[in-house]
Amino acid sequence: MYIKQTFSALALLVCSAMPALSGAQVPVPKSKQDSIARADSIARADSIALVKQLEKELGAQNADTSAAVAPAPGPVATGSYMNIGFVALTDAGWSTSRDIGKIERGDHDPKVNGFTIPNAEISLDGNVDPYFKGFSNIVLKIDSAGDSGIELEEAYGLTTSLPWNLQLKFGQFFAEFGRQNPQHPHSWAFIDAPLVLTRMFGPDGLRSQGVRLSWLLPTPFYTEALVAVMNATGGTASSFRSPESSEIHGGVLDDRPVSNGFSDLLVVPRINTSFDLTETQTVVLGVSGAFGPNNSGPSAKTQIYGADLYWKWKAATAQAGFPFLSLQTEAMWRNYDAAQRLEQDELLVTLPSEVLKDRGAYAQVLWGIKPRIVAGLRGEFEHGDPGAFATDLRGHQTRWSPNLTWYPTEFSRIGVQYNYDNRRAIGTDHSLWVQLQFLIGAHAAHKF
Amino acid sequence: MKMKMINRMAALGLGAISFISAQATAQLRVVATTPDLASVAREIGGDKVNVVALAKPTEDPHFVDAKPSFIVTLNRADALIEGGAELELGWLPPLLENSRNSKIAAGAPGRVVSSEGIRLLEVPTSFDRSKGDIHSLGNPHYMIDPAAAKVVARNIATHFSALDPRNAASYNANLARFNSRIDTRLADWEKQLAPYRGAKIVTYHRDFIYFAQRFGLSIVDELEPKPGISPSPAHLAQVIGEMKRNNVKVILVQPFQNRKTAETVARQTGATVIDAPQQPGAARNTSSYFDNMDNLVRSIAGAFGGAK
Repeated sequence: MYIKQTFSALALLVCSAMPALSGAQVPVPKSKQDSIARADSIARADSIALVKQLEKELGAQNADTSAAVAPAPGPVATGSYMNIGFVALTDAGWSTSRDIGKIERGDHDPKVNGFTIPNAEISLDGNVDPYFKGFSNIVLKIDSAGDSGIELEEAYGLTTSLPWNLQLKFGQFFAEFGRQNPQHPHSWAFIDAPLVLTRMFGPDGLRSQGVRLSWLLPTPFYTEALVAVMNATGGTASSFRSPESSEIHGGVLDDRPVSNGFSDLLVVPRINTSFDLTETQTVVLGVSGAFGPNNSGPSAKTQIYGADLYWKWKAATAQAGFPFLSLQTEAMWRNYDAAQRLEQDELLVTLPSEVLKDRGAYAQVLWGIKPRIVAGLRGEFEHGDPGAFATDLRGHQTRWSPNLTWYPTEFSRIGVQYNYDNRRAIGTDHSLWVQLQFLIGAHAAHKF
Repeated sequence: MKMKMINRMAALGLGAISFISAQATAQLRVVATTPDLASVAREIGGDKVNVVALAKPTEDPHFVDAKPSFIVTLNRADALIEGGAELELGWLPPLLENSRNSKIAAGAPGRVVSSEGIRLLEVPTSFDRSKGDIHSLGNPHYMIDPAAAKVVARNIATHFSALDPRNAASYNANLARFNSRIDTRLADWEKQLAPYRGAKIVTYHRDFIYFAQRFGLSIVDELEPKPGISPSPAHLAQVIGEMKRNNVKVILVQPFQNRKTAETVARQTGATVIDAPQQPGAARNTSSYFDNMDNLVRSIAGAFGGAK
């Protein structure tokens, strides 16, 4: 899922990022520096003279052109060819649970009593050329044992000029299934991932290597149809051919190579539509699917279905985006066709062929009370029909999470969240988490 | 049979003609990020263009939601007019990324960056967010300087002419008319505000600097301690002190700014809070750039007149 690295890897990454962060300062010999400085000052003097001359001429032509609107000197390029941002999530808190990792299952959730940094993310993006944009997210995190991990969360190219309203994404990316799966943790409204997402997609969300084609339909309202074809193998394809899949079906993994062509790949279709109900209200509706092989047997398959809704009201005279009210809800169903398999821990026991059925949903309401203050409430449940292999991971669980978040600016955020977890047959737990977030460098614009 | 054939061909011919004439009279589909730019585009485009604005007149142009319906609007646009200077940085990029419209890609004739050719004020010498949310290219609230609006109009006319050369003469004529109308109105606006030259004001955000420079007003301070940073009690206390010392009697606020904060300060200082929307359509009967400037100048002059 991710490679544990030592500090040397961190240092390497930071060092390699340094020149870019400091505007790519490459050492220049002293003599060359002098001549560059000279040429620069001559050029500057020339351009100042030119501007003055131009101002004089134009001033004569048009007396009302003041300094504020005098012709600007030729456009000066600022910034660099790449936007670089860094976001860190620092969490602290306490839970009554003795196995926090079982209720906070996401890799970017707080998993320990005390302090943790579950997500520190370097984001890079820019135009590649007139045809492509490039994006990458490199995530560093400190796990529950205090070790640093690094993962290439996303690295993908996006076409900018395909005909017929098509767009192709290629590389490693989050599957566009539902609303929250493709979002990065710093844009989640709550400190942890919804239960149903970790049940269906594992601790890191559903992401893999592949291609995604999207079509913006010629309808009068927004409708986008997407389909991704991705590798079904690896820890971030949790319901498919993941090395951790025996936690779901209990059997020995059918660890064969990818050989059946297309049917060995993961296909993720989605259709997404949106309407402006009024000037101040918008709704977005989507349905998604994820279909691919699992590793309980040679031809076993998994199907996941999802439906999602997002509604938002924002005042016509909103200040910095406040006040607003929003509702986000997602429901998911999974049919995991488990083949007849040998139980992993008791090799003499054969588990029968069966369909493991799971479902879950969450709904969250956010109220932007006044500028930069958001109160939220999330309610969620997840459920698995009993199978031949009993596992906590497929049990019945509900959770209520009220939270309160303060955004001093768009670049920092302080949140507090209480979780009331109720696991059938295990019991209830109370957790209180605090999160401080900061962002430096480029700030990606907000998607709706 | 033959008759049917002729009918069919006639229908085809008619269809082709009506298609061609539809092409000939087709308006340019223009999207402007804000209503003020949309208004100038309407002045220049006349009946040759169909203009829509994305941001609402009452909305903070820095914080517009990137609604999916905007993706569709942008997908079908022939031209996009943006304020530039990072005004729309927080919401326009993801819309453009998904709009898949090369006609409005950066550098295309259909992409009008309004701020081009305007010497922006307050261009920072260093990028440091501890100084607030500063735009790296300078202060983007230039449209309420009528001379800046002329530059924007010229930019729009140049792009419209490139996109639709057959109507270039019309765009240029509209530009000339717009410019002369600005000259006439500007003289009048200057006359209305002339008695208050040097008068001191306080604003909520640093969004009146171009207006103040044009009409000779002096901005003493802002209610925001730094651009984009919410007013703190300590800062407001300082502003109240400054206002009392300088005898400032006018506070300007836009519809999306916190009027209550301004009123609290006004109560402490005996000042008046003036609604000063910069976008046409925010106040009643201000559908055009000119109407809105009329309203703005009249309100501010009225406030000084009353405060005297």
